[in-house]
Amino acid sequence: MSTIHNKKQTGKTVKWLIIGCVLMFGFGFALVPLYDVFCRVTGLNGKVDLTPAKPSLVIDNARSVKLQLVAVNNETMPWEFRPKVAITRLSPGAMHQTAYLARNLTNKMMIAQAVPSVSPSEAAPFVQKINCFCFKRQPLKGNAEKWMPLVVSIDPELPEHIHTVTLSYTLFDITPDDLSTVTFRERGSL
Amino acid sequence: MTSSSASTHHHGPAVGLSRWLYTTNHKDIGTLYLWFSFAMFLTGGCMALLIRAELFQPGLQLIQPDFFNQMTTMHGLIMVFGAVMPAFVGLANWMIPMMVGAPDMALPRMNNWSFWILPFAFSMMLSTLFMEGGAPNFGWTFYAPLSTTYAPPSVTFFIFAVHMMGISSIMGAINIIATILNLRAPGMSMMKLPLFVWTWLITAFLLIAVMPVLAGVVTMMLMDIHFGTSFFNAAGGGDPVLFQHVFWFFGHPEVYIMILPAFGIVSEIIPTFARKRLFGYPSMVYATASIALLSFIVWAHHMFTVGLPLVAEVFFMFATMLIAVPTGVKVFNWVATMFRGSMTFETPMLFALAFVVLFTIGGFSGLMLAIAPADFQYHDTYFVVAHFHYVLVPGAVFAIMAGAYYWLPKWCGNYYNETMGKVHFWCSFVGVNITFFPMHFIGLAGMPRRIPDYALQFADFNAVATVGAFMFGFSQLIFLYNVIHCIRKGRQASSEVWEGSHGLEWTLPSPAPYHSFSEAPKVK
Amino acid sequence: MKRVIFGLAVLLVTASPSHADWTMNLTRGVTDISREIYDLHMVIFWICVVIGVLVFGVMLWSVVYHRKSRGAKAKNFHESLLVEITWTIVPFIILIGMAVPATATLIKMYDNTEADIDIQVTGYQWKWRYQYLAENVDFFSSLSTPREQINNTQEKTTDYLLEVDNPLVIPVGKKVRFLLTANDVIHSWWVPEFAVKKDAIPGFINEAWVIVDKPGVYRGQCAELCGKEHGFMPIVVEVKTVAEYESWLAEVKQADAKQQQAAMKSWNLADLMAMGEEVYNKACLACHQAEGEGIPGAFPALKNSPVALGEVSVHIDVVLNGKPGTAMQAYKEQLSAVELAAVITYERNAWGNKTGDIVTPAQIAELKE
Repeated sequence: MSTIHNKKQTGKTVKWLIIGCVLMFGFGFALVPLYDVFCRVTGLNGKVDLTPAKPSLVIDNARSVKLQLVAVNNETMPWEFRPKVAITRLSPGAMHQTAYLARNLTNKMMIAQAVPSVSPSEAAPFVQKINCFCFKRQPLKGNAEKWMPLVVSIDPELPEHIHTVTLSYTLFDITPDDLSTVTFRERGSL
Repeated sequence: MTSSSASTHHHGPAVGLSRWLYTTNHKDIGTLYLWFSFAMFLTGGCMALLIRAELFQPGLQLIQPDFFNQMTTMHGLIMVFGAVMPAFVGLANWMIPMMVGAPDMALPRMNNWSFWILPFAFSMMLSTLFMEGGAPNFGWTFYAPLSTTYAPPSVTFFIFAVHMMGISSIMGAINIIATILNLRAPGMSMMKLPLFVWTWLITAFLLIAVMPVLAGVVTMMLMDIHFGTSFFNAAGGGDPVLFQHVFWFFGHPEVYIMILPAFGIVSEIIPTFARKRLFGYPSMVYATASIALLSFIVWAHHMFTVGLPLVAEVFFMFATMLIAVPTGVKVFNWVATMFRGSMTFETPMLFALAFVVLFTIGGFSGLMLAIAPADFQYHDTYFVVAHFHYVLVPGAVFAIMAGAYYWLPKWCGNYYNETMGKVHFWCSFVGVNITFFPMHFIGLAGMPRRIPDYALQFADFNAVATVGAFMFGFSQLIFLYNVIHCIRKGRQASSEVWEGSHGLEWTLPSPAPYHSFSEAPKVK
Repeated sequence: MKRVIFGLAVLLVTASPSHADWTMNLTRGVTDISREIYDLHMVIFWICVVIGVLVFGVMLWSVVYHRKSRGAKAKNFHESLLVEITWTIVPFIILIGMAVPATATLIKMYDNTEADIDIQVTGYQWKWRYQYLAENVDFFSSLSTPREQINNTQEKTTDYLLEVDNPLVIPVGKKVRFLLTANDVIHSWWVPEFAVKKDAIPGFINEAWVIVDKPGVYRGQCAELCGKEHGFMPIVVEVKTVAEYESWLAEVKQADAKQQQAAMKSWNLADLMAMGEEVYNKACLACHQAEGEGIPGAFPALKNSPVALGEVSVHIDVVLNGKPGTAMQAYKEQLSAVELAAVITYERNAWGNKTGDIVTPAQIAELKE
């Protein structure tokens, strides 16, 4: 057999295949940001933008949309957490100002992160949060309570067939084991 | 031993354990792969029997729910990564150099490593059973956060084991591609390659494309668990659904990795025993390639219930249904090959025929599962369990057995015992159907998968399935005995072995010499 | 083959002592959507049967007639463009025929018209929580089948593993929208008769809806592997007439008020122990086991444990607020003050943990405020 020629060829093939493997390994990780972009565009999984939106200029008074605010505590999050008003009706474009109550029922300082989600997911790109407590981590001293502000509006472009929009916040406990090492790096300012 | 006379011309194998440890010979490594795979098949099979025994009657009798979950997880992982995939690699190692007219695999030393990683990977995986907190218990699909935040400590070992299996598979795939592309005998053009070689070439490319993605996803898990990242943790801005997308981006091509070589084996066997050329060789090649390509755009059909937007549901439903077309082409081709042939029914042919019928039944249930609205009812029930066991057991496993019986005489120079082979076939065939057919019914009736105990209306069919499982499981011992018997004192085989055989591998004497083609054969 | 299976099945059915109504096919269900899905399922099933009969028929014909033992000689034909194009195009057309009605049903399932009632469904390891958003009604629903039945020491009853303490109640003929999420891992809420199966994902919210047209009791199960007790978190939905639903709502609200009063009453050790055992078996036994021995490596023992024998306030804190980073949940919202007091008292006095401590409901009620 013509070994020398074959060895060269084989080396080339192997090189390309290894490059392919490395690229695909990278691609696996590239799926993470790709997925985020995809979610933001399509609202897949009810994900919403975590940066402040600009208030809308037009108000569509002809329609009214039911906005439901939901609060969920994840697992071992022992805070009391609920919206001020659970159900409101508002016109697309109009600003709605409300708040969620957070009350730390333990006697230790804790830090929470609220994660928003919208249902139906199709509506997610049209829920605009002008100010939201989910933009930042929320530290709260033991036994303290606070009203966390939320200013939200619904884009007038919201598809006609959507009548109810649910905005849910899940509160996660992100208190580190050793509180003194916490540096308050906020999500918005990254 | 007959093999000694055949290998006297060449430098034969070393003796003893070191032969197997240091071997770079494609036949030795193929043998190692096949025995390893059979050992794993029995290990995973024992787990399956334990699962079925627990499910024989409602109520908890033998094992507790947590251990039950460990068993389902380990059974899945071992069967997929330990039994089916290494068996195909073993067959590829044995047959591809002989089929393309090469002396050995292109990268013999890498071949040795890619096998010897496996025993370590699986020892690590199995050792988790004895660790505190138990083995992985989150299903072979290991969905986050059950497999991250809520996993037992052994998950880290599971991740490393998966990494090792991935590396082994990738090296195997590189070797196979390099061999097929560069070591073909003069005149062996791509469109003359036997279908087994073609399907393996495509499978190897699939492996190269998706095993790194699996490695990526377990690496992300590892980082989430130990280094505080939040790829899959909503609290830190991650998303558990992302895990499912990445996993199934690997997972769907993976299921084709487990079936395409089976297509290849069956496409070799049917023409031999029908004594007739394969009906449409080019269309078989194109069908295989299109199945492989489509496999990259259908992954979310495993996730119809996670809350995908309407457009996504429709897209993935259409794309999935489309796969039925090339798959249909394959089945029609096999049937057309048999039509007006001159058939005999030796054991390999029986397994191949059962493959065609039962795989097609699995294909039908697959088509039903593709219908997104109906999938809301089928998803995560025993209907799905029935579906994928139909394509994997009488699909992939039957094809592997068909291949083993078909090529055994070439490997060891002796025929296996035909009567025993037929008994093995009929026991397996009946057992498989008694096990998995009732699962369609209990699934439709509403039994979720992965539960250790069930409501009373599912009791009868579960009992039936368990009986079938034990029948299928124990009949594999016949196979084991037959193989050992065949190696030791089977009837001497000719170099053609089968009356209707065709292809380069049948021009070599039986048993095939230690080094296949030192002189490249001429292919017309 | 099928006949063999069926024969065996029939044999077993007649032989088995305890069998409920068994079925072999998908349920038609009690909503428009579920019936449409059933029809789709049957249409596709029959298409598959027809294709199967044709393909396997040709194959069987060849197997029977084109065998060498009958003297069949192989005809060496191969490749025919016409045949190959036909068997590519025909399946394609059949597939389009399936896809069109399937898409239509899918579009109906994604209908977004306003619902009459919104219920938040939250999956927990291993129970469900139902919150009626406009009503201030909020309760947990967990398996009520006694452990003795699961461990085979007691005869299994008809609804074995498909019964819960507090079923979800919804009115007939109204559009009910479910908002699904989870507290820990991914669960999936499935009631076959409604053809609703949606994953409940921690941190995210999904929705599904039903309009049920027949009152009755409908049962389902969690469909996504969610850990050890995945097989033991059923779903029971009682569909009532609108009037009955209204009176049920009023009753629940009244019962809540009563619960709060009960907390203020004085309890003695025996009463608390009796109730505590009941609560323990329902909420704690799955992990901490019947004798409080736990599962080494996974769930700590309570018998002789530092928490159960140590400071009362620490014990209360763990039960009420859970233990972050472990499977120990916060039970503050899940159990009433009476139940919490009872179970903590029980844990401190059972299995040889003789602390003699009594935790009163009033004590807990104060903490819950």
